[in-house]
Amino acid sequence: MSPAPGIEVKGGATLDGAQLFAPLALRLEAGRWTCLLGPSGVGKSTILRLIAGLDAPVEFTGAITATDSAPIPPRVAFMAQSDLLLPWASVAENVAIGAKLRGEQPDQARAQGLIARVGLADHAQKRPSELSGGQRQRAALARTLMEDRAVILLDEPFSALDARTRAEMQDLATELLSRRTVLLVTHDPGEAARLGHAIHVMTGEALKAFEAPPSAPPRAVDDPEMLRLQGDLHRFLREAH
Amino acid sequence: MRIRHLLGACLTLIAVWEAIVILADLPHFILPGPLRVAEAMWRSRALIAEHAAITLTEVLLGLAIGAILGAATAIGLALSPRLRALLQPILVFSQAVPVFALAPILTLWLGYGLWSKVFMAVLIIYFPVTSAFFDGLMRTPQGFLDMAKVMGASRGAIMRRIRIPAALPALGTGLRLGAVYAPIGAVIGEWVGSSNGLGYLMLLANGRAKIDLMFAAVIVLGALSVTLYVTIDFVSRRFAEGRGGGDASP
Repeated sequence: MSPAPGIEVKGGATLDGAQLFAPLALRLEAGRWTCLLGPSGVGKSTILRLIAGLDAPVEFTGAITATDSAPIPPRVAFMAQSDLLLPWASVAENVAIGAKLRGEQPDQARAQGLIARVGLADHAQKRPSELSGGQRQRAALARTLMEDRAVILLDEPFSALDARTRAEMQDLATELLSRRTVLLVTHDPGEAARLGHAIHVMTGEALKAFEAPPSAPPRAVDDPEMLRLQGDLHRFLREAH
Repeated sequence: MRIRHLLGACLTLIAVWEAIVILADLPHFILPGPLRVAEAMWRSRALIAEHAAITLTEVLLGLAIGAILGAATAIGLALSPRLRALLQPILVFSQAVPVFALAPILTLWLGYGLWSKVFMAVLIIYFPVTSAFFDGLMRTPQGFLDMAKVMGASRGAIMRRIRIPAALPALGTGLRLGAVYAPIGAVIGEWVGSSNGLGYLMLLANGRAKIDLMFAAVIVLGALSVTLYVTIDFVSRRFAEGRGGGDASP
């Protein structure tokens, strides 16, 4: 993996002529987790799609640049709320799908190693339908790691999981995605407060930065500073809406 | 459970049939009773089997060729918007021409043998297979396509590894329709011009006032179609289960 770059998003977006979000400046620090929080439909996922170089049904005026000025999309891996596992392929095949799609020979040993690291060694030959929701997201995480990209875009990947599985996945993801530049889009203030080195709340008008607690993520679920930030984020979201 | 339902339906049908024959007091050259037809079926079993084998060959060849052509067309259409613009109106127009009207021309061009009937079957199933598979190919979940794009996949690889496997249940739906339509094509072809096949046997029996034999041929043809449908249905369902989704619903 190449050294993780920082990323700067500057600009605004309109949807069919109406403003989706006003011009904003969002900076993702290199090798850090940036959490982007906000109500639904405010354009969080749009920003993520724009960084990934995916089609977004909006007019974006501005620029998205990496601190090392190299193109960003080839260095991106992406994880969504839906695990996007191919239902007809086994866990092992799903984890190695990226190489297959590029016409390369997948590194099977590495794939097996990553499957073991996410705790699915006994399930490698199973189909996604035989796994629980948490196990499926673990497989998706292994697939994301298999791509070995410097920039990781996470679009609410843990929001469909129950509280305990979600906390486990957050711990695992923080451990395995360290030293990468991560953007986590979420609508859960607790998740942002727990995982972010930097935390931004997006409303239609502006982007507001909140200071992250001094402890390193993933923060303990009962860390008082984290809980206070969670409360502040909650209050801000309610008042902004 | 399903077999019991099927058996029940058959028995009901036979009972209604027998009741009509008795109550309306119909002569056997208008509507023979079930027993008479069964007798004819047994008496002429060798003849019927010989002609059924020919119709079955026509249907299976038509189904195989139609499925391959239809699937290839669907993939071509899904890959190329230009081909789509060119071919889609032609495909729709081709459906406006009744296949019956083409049968004499096909017999003229391809002769009285097997191939004019195979071609009829191909013509009649080509559109449903193409249309169902094409719809499936165009409905790949957007998330899969996004993921593949971020991973740097080529268009060909996306088609081969994601869009086609995701659309196979839709192809199954098209083939199920094909299994029902293909025998119609083959029999129309046999009516228009042939010297064998169940369609020919029906005309022959009708002309000689052997109505019981004609009914026997119709029943064998129906059983053939149903068997074909059930087989394809079973295979595509098993296949869908094997790939982890119960998503083979038509």
